[in-house]
Amino acid sequence: MAKITLDKLRHSYMGNPKGPEDYALKEINLDWQDGGAYALLGPSGCGKSTLLNIISGLLQPSEGRILFDGEDVTGLPPDRRNIAQVFQFPVIYDTMTVYDNLAFPLRNRGVDEARVASRVAEIAAMLEVTEMLKTRASNLSPDNKQKISMGRGLVRDDVNVVMFDEPLTVIDPHLKWKLRSKLKELHQRVKVTMIYVTHDQTEALTFADQVVVMQDGEIVQIGTPVELFERPAHTFVGHFIGSPGMNVLPAELKGETAFFNGAAVTLEGGVAPGAGRHEIGIRPEFVTLAATGLPATVRKVSDLGRHSVVEAIAGDTRISAIVEGAVPGQGETVHLAFRPDQTRLYRDGWIASEKGRAA
Amino acid sequence: MRKVNQKGWFFVLPVLILVAFNALVPMMTVVNYSVQETFGDNVFFWQGLDWFQQILRSERFHAALGRQFLFTAMILAIEVPLGVIIALSMPRKGFWVPVCLVTMALPMLIPWNVVGAMWNIFTLPDIGLLGYLMNHTLGIDYNMTQDPVAAWITVIVMDVWHWTSLVVLLCYAGLVSIPDAYYQAAKIDGASNWSVFRYIQLPKMKQVLTIAVLLRFMDSFNIYTEPFVLTGGGPGNSTTLLSIDLVKIALGQFDLGPAAAMSLIYFAITLFVSWLFYTLMTRNDAK
Repeated sequence: MAKITLDKLRHSYMGNPKGPEDYALKEINLDWQDGGAYALLGPSGCGKSTLLNIISGLLQPSEGRILFDGEDVTGLPPDRRNIAQVFQFPVIYDTMTVYDNLAFPLRNRGVDEARVASRVAEIAAMLEVTEMLKTRASNLSPDNKQKISMGRGLVRDDVNVVMFDEPLTVIDPHLKWKLRSKLKELHQRVKVTMIYVTHDQTEALTFADQVVVMQDGEIVQIGTPVELFERPAHTFVGHFIGSPGMNVLPAELKGETAFFNGAAVTLEGGVAPGAGRHEIGIRPEFVTLAATGLPATVRKVSDLGRHSVVEAIAGDTRISAIVEGAVPGQGETVHLAFRPDQTRLYRDGWIASEKGRAA
Repeated sequence: MRKVNQKGWFFVLPVLILVAFNALVPMMTVVNYSVQETFGDNVFFWQGLDWFQQILRSERFHAALGRQFLFTAMILAIEVPLGVIIALSMPRKGFWVPVCLVTMALPMLIPWNVVGAMWNIFTLPDIGLLGYLMNHTLGIDYNMTQDPVAAWITVIVMDVWHWTSLVVLLCYAGLVSIPDAYYQAAKIDGASNWSVFRYIQLPKMKQVLTIAVLLRFMDSFNIYTEPFVLTGGGPGNSTTLLSIDLVKIALGQFDLGPAAAMSLIYFAITLFVSWLFYTLMTRNDAK
């Protein structure tokens, strides 16, 4: 187990990258604390798998260093880094039994058979595959195959970090939920650092203590699920997390007051002076239908059971609100109110309003 | 009762007719010859199983069969491992892939009798490139028209040159179908190169390898043109393989009855050994 430090890490798949757009990873500086449960969240192609492969040693970074407990491992191959990785599609050794599959990483490292047997039994019990131990791995269903892949990642108890690269892609939805909570439970039991790569916000938010959100090869925000939800540091995070995502409204800033469609909008706090493209960010959860406020026309109402999502249009900007109880009909004019302490201002995408400091 | 649509038979009919005329009918004429004696003029005398007994007891047949098994065993023992090794060392991506593939495919594109003629000229002691090099430059006595060992080595090397590519290409197809994640996982699991071969590459190649072994067995067991053009079965009878012997009996001596019986025995052996290979190599799949 170890603390993992990424120091000025950059990577390009091109021979001689010229500008920042040639880099799949743009300068990453990050500390992963020992024993933490991390998620690396971002859309496809944002560089999260690249980052994972650099940590595991399958890929050599173009620039920068990786440190395990302060020790430089940048040049070490994967088997000398003492890590485990679970891949997107199940990797199993077809000709072996489930038992031999789980024992494989231990036997390759010369662990004695008695210890192998006890570790395999323990992992098999955790993953509920004990009754399959004697079957040939090639005969398993896809989700059981993936369980075995995970098991091979977890079977060694001395690893520095276990990494998961979108491991639930092939799993049925109802089993997804089960395996996810299983992983969380496993993490609490074994206390090994885990990094979980996914583009699914639910997976990331339920698994991790800390979520690292990436976009275009950059880390946009690191925080707990609550922080990411409540105070996105970038409009991208607001968009990407939440269902529906944060409303982003074009705004004008005069002094410390923000205006949307000519109407002043109260923010959470003051705004640092500066110029740029301004936007107001407010989550649909904090938009309410009120007697007075921003007039808007209802375009669509989706009933999600416990609540409804009302999509309204003000000027030419769409605004969503989550409404419980009675909903307006399509085409009606409503008035929208924003909860001030949840209304943020963004400048060029990044948060610019400051909580608590009065305007 | 459910009504079964019988129209399907019409669609199979052309294939049935084709197979009947190019396989069943010729084969039945062979069966016809194998139980009769003829002196031409379409006059036949019933012989029963005499020809079969004669062939099965003939030392000449035993010798040819022995040579045939030795030849097939040797080329399989060389071509299969060599093919696997070459396939493993070929690049999986990049500029050299098509270069390797085309180079590998070239020998297989050459007609069989041309291969025989090429190697015949190649090994001529005084004017062939290899023959001259061996005899005059390296000083090794090499003349396959006089020395049975030299003749055998030449026939085998020729077959290896001609057909190893088939094993290579089939194995290569199996290898490129392995996703990168398997190699990455193996690296992380600390697997040795041998383990990667034993537990990842070999299982993925097994299906195509079964086909490769079967094809190479059947082709080499029935081989005729190349050794016939190269050595004509000599020196003496040393490279007279089964098919060469069969043609000698049928067309050289015009013993149609024994030749027909021999053909059927030959066919039965090929079929049986192919079945044996297939059963042994796919035995574990069902488990």
